[in-house]
Amino acid sequence: MALLCRAMDMEHYENATRFPLAGSTLEARGSGALWWPDAKLLAVSDLHLGKSERIARKGGSLLPPYETDDTLARLDLEIDRLDPRTVVCLGDSFDDDASVEGLSEDTRLWVSRLMAGRRWVWIQGNHDPGPVDLGGTHLAELQKPPLTFRHIAKTGASGEVSGHYHPKAVLNARGRHVSRPCFLYDADRVILPAFGTYTGGLRSSMPALAELMRPEALAILTGPFTVEIPMPGRAQ
Amino acid sequence: MAVLLPLFADWFASRGWSIHPHQQAMLDRAEDPALLLIAPTGGGKTLAGFLPSLAELAPGTHQGLHTLYVSPLKALAADIRRNLSTPVAEMALPIRIEDRTGDTTATQKKRQRADPPHILLTTPESLALLLSYEDAPRMFAGLQRVIVDEIHALAESKRGDQLMLALARLQSLCPTLRRVGLSATVEDPPALARLLAKHPDPCEILQADPGPDADIRMLETEERPPWAGGGGAYAIPAVLEQVKQHRTTLIFHNTRAQAEIFFHNLWLANDDDLPIGIHHGSLAREQRLKVEAAMVAGKLRAIVCTGTLDLGIDWGDVDLIIQVGAPKNVKRLIQRIGRANHRYNAPSKALLVPANRFEVVECVAALEAAKAHDLDGDPRGPGPRDVLCQHILIAACAGPFDADELYAEVVTAGAYAALTRAEFDACLDFAATGGYALRAYDRWQRLKQRDDGLWELRDPRAARQIRMNLGTIIDSDLLKVRMRGQGVPLGEIEEAFAASLTRGDTFLIGGKIVQYEGLRETVVEVTRTPYRKPKIAVFSGTKFATSTQLSHRILRMFQQERWPELPAHTAEWLAHQRYVSKLPEPDRLLVETFPWDGREHLCVYGFAGRNAMQTLGLLLTQRMEKLGLHPMGFVSTDYAVLIWGLDRPTDPAPLLQGGDLREAFETWLAGNALMKRTFKNVAVISGLIDRNTGGQRKTGRQATFSSDILYDTLRRYDPDHLLMDITREEALKGLVDFGRIEEMLARTHGRIDHVALDRVTPLAAPLFLEVGKVPVEGMATERLLAEEAARLMQEAGLDGRQLA
Repeated sequence: MALLCRAMDMEHYENATRFPLAGSTLEARGSGALWWPDAKLLAVSDLHLGKSERIARKGGSLLPPYETDDTLARLDLEIDRLDPRTVVCLGDSFDDDASVEGLSEDTRLWVSRLMAGRRWVWIQGNHDPGPVDLGGTHLAELQKPPLTFRHIAKTGASGEVSGHYHPKAVLNARGRHVSRPCFLYDADRVILPAFGTYTGGLRSSMPALAELMRPEALAILTGPFTVEIPMPGRAQ
Repeated sequence: MAVLLPLFADWFASRGWSIHPHQQAMLDRAEDPALLLIAPTGGGKTLAGFLPSLAELAPGTHQGLHTLYVSPLKALAADIRRNLSTPVAEMALPIRIEDRTGDTTATQKKRQRADPPHILLTTPESLALLLSYEDAPRMFAGLQRVIVDEIHALAESKRGDQLMLALARLQSLCPTLRRVGLSATVEDPPALARLLAKHPDPCEILQADPGPDADIRMLETEERPPWAGGGGAYAIPAVLEQVKQHRTTLIFHNTRAQAEIFFHNLWLANDDDLPIGIHHGSLAREQRLKVEAAMVAGKLRAIVCTGTLDLGIDWGDVDLIIQVGAPKNVKRLIQRIGRANHRYNAPSKALLVPANRFEVVECVAALEAAKAHDLDGDPRGPGPRDVLCQHILIAACAGPFDADELYAEVVTAGAYAALTRAEFDACLDFAATGGYALRAYDRWQRLKQRDDGLWELRDPRAARQIRMNLGTIIDSDLLKVRMRGQGVPLGEIEEAFAASLTRGDTFLIGGKIVQYEGLRETVVEVTRTPYRKPKIAVFSGTKFATSTQLSHRILRMFQQERWPELPAHTAEWLAHQRYVSKLPEPDRLLVETFPWDGREHLCVYGFAGRNAMQTLGLLLTQRMEKLGLHPMGFVSTDYAVLIWGLDRPTDPAPLLQGGDLREAFETWLAGNALMKRTFKNVAVISGLIDRNTGGQRKTGRQATFSSDILYDTLRRYDPDHLLMDITREEALKGLVDFGRIEEMLARTHGRIDHVALDRVTPLAAPLFLEVGKVPVEGMATERLLAEEAARLMQEAGLDGRQLA
């Protein structure tokens, strides 16, 4: 795939930060993917494949139609590097159910190739509730003790891995204003950043996130080097 | 000579007026297809524009819209309506005059479309919106004249291009339409005439008597100007003295931040409690209106202001203009000075206050240029294609169109006269399909071609979105600033600036020092603070670059043997530079290298204006990094860039070679933040992305993502896309201004004078005091982040593993 080698700065994402959740050790990767080494499980959230197509279909802007390839290229790289036994897509993998039909034949083949030889789970999200005809398992949530994988975090849960919020952290480092998608975690849960190319972010200081996370929650910023900080805007 | 209608003659006589020659000339040439009138402020310019309309409407036989008046300011449209209503009422003319701007009510707007007035006063954006409706042909039927006011100001931005495309459309609807342009003094009237007229129609230029030359001088101060900086604080006692001696003074500054600081310091020194106000683009509308009202009522003795008062309604009583900081551009100086003494035939009075030693030279050069009527200005480039893309979408909103006809119409706009069919088709393809190499949108085209060959919107509902995004003015993302617990906003600051604030930071806004408390939804909450010194005051505002012509004049001045026209302190400084090193020459490039404070320095006197010198600094440090010269940072001004690092370049000439610089430019362009900002504007204007609407940000929807992502995606997967091409074209001017680096290279043509010294030179010394030093990037951001993270973790009493 010619596009694959053009995807930017891939080499730099070899970095990661490890953290504990429910007795397991997890790895927040600079790419925005989550790696569970003991289970050989890779989780990514909010791929939003087919987003530009959906916007166009709804009569909106005609955005550069390359984000699906770009997202898959980055996912391909992580799979190639880690060789996971299981891949979990934590919901909102497609921008809506119709987006699946809009995928090109090349894209479908690419996804099939990624799935070959491993277990693949599509968790349903608010954008893509229906099952997909791309193979893999379609679930509302996945229990893999001690962890539970679902799209939207539930109050009171523990050992929970979710996505949905597209968290990002904004930080002022000696006058330099830096904004990065980030993981948020505390003793109960981790919330993943969005992996899709055309995704924005929700500041971690938004009330929805601050209420969900414990006061001692931490954020791990994605990028060329992962960086861990106290979650900005957490409950004091 | 057309005889003035008796009705008008009587009215003029009743006022004790006689008609100005240029007003008569406008009546005489009323049948010309296009006319450009150049007249000073206060010369009855607007009335001159309207007289033929009033004459034609006086018999009361015309049905519907007769004259369309377009001005850059909403306030001007409303003001002209009031001014015009007086003669119309006094002569009892059967003429209905209305304005239509963003402030007009929806019912009024609806009624205007069904039953238009005889004279409609509007803005380019409101006109474009009117033309996007299907009923435009009916509304504009019978239109005879269009008057474009302050056309010199509109011509300086894309608003002018959009307006001229709209006039091309109007001309097709009303073939007998005549165009009139009203302008202040400009450097190249024929160029403005070509912009106004239907191409290739002729356009007569009428020059009103410009009146006596303005009385412009340097403000004499006891204190010498400092070596660097831009505040002009040293001149405050002398400025206050002038304010006392005059009725009303406008004190112009080049940036909002400087205006705020100066205003703050002025108040601290204002022992007599003179009523002084402040007016600039970051202040809340309510605040500005209050100042304007106080001004009109004659309650203010001075206003500290920025370019926001360059245009607009007549202030009447202003009798002194003070320009703080070098004017950067002679034409704008003259136009600003025109704001004083709006009485015809009285000389305007102005004082220049150089903010630092170098600006003394620049101010003297500007004074001489003003005396010689040597105005500057960059030639206008061809009509921008992002505006054309928007125009095509607007055309589609109004109904199905024929591509051949639209192309034929577009090239009648002067700015687009040279547009090729292939360029037009690329814009049409972009509007229709997105224009991507990967043809992904065959099913979801925005415009589709019908069987009869006409183009129309695939989904008529798209019209709403297109109309909402109409216009070429791009506001940066602004947040309102509000005093905690109070309703009235103080003003607006940029989102990026707000993001850099932490609780307790103090900054200046509207002359008040306030303390940042936090962000509440989209409002920045502040409180009063007892501190007398603000921590920061940053508004982006526009930083003007010294014009090419003025830069050349300074370089020529440097070649004089002595400088009797300069104050002694400044002349001695230049003489010393000549003794120690060299003075820069117009056709050579002076480069100095010297050690200072344990670092090696390289100073390039490019005289290309601050934006281009900034770009040159970025390019040179990048090349030095590659050559292993370890650059550490640089600072740039309008005339030079100073770079410091660990190693001294023994031969700087190869660094400055044109071909290599251009190549470095192409690579550098790719990931540059200025390019992303330029791209965002292009993407909004061309209709690729929606304007940021407050509502979206308010709900904090994660669906909105940054246009930077689109830029990176296009750069990776479709680098030859139309919008990338337009973005590169824009980068040659504006913020990146590579065009002026080209001008510098052509002017000096490899003739480089390298002077190696063992210490700092007089001309380079002030650069060390400049603010805005740029550290050379690399992995610096990552290092800073890691550092800040460690600090935060420690502060929180965490080392990152304590949750286990």
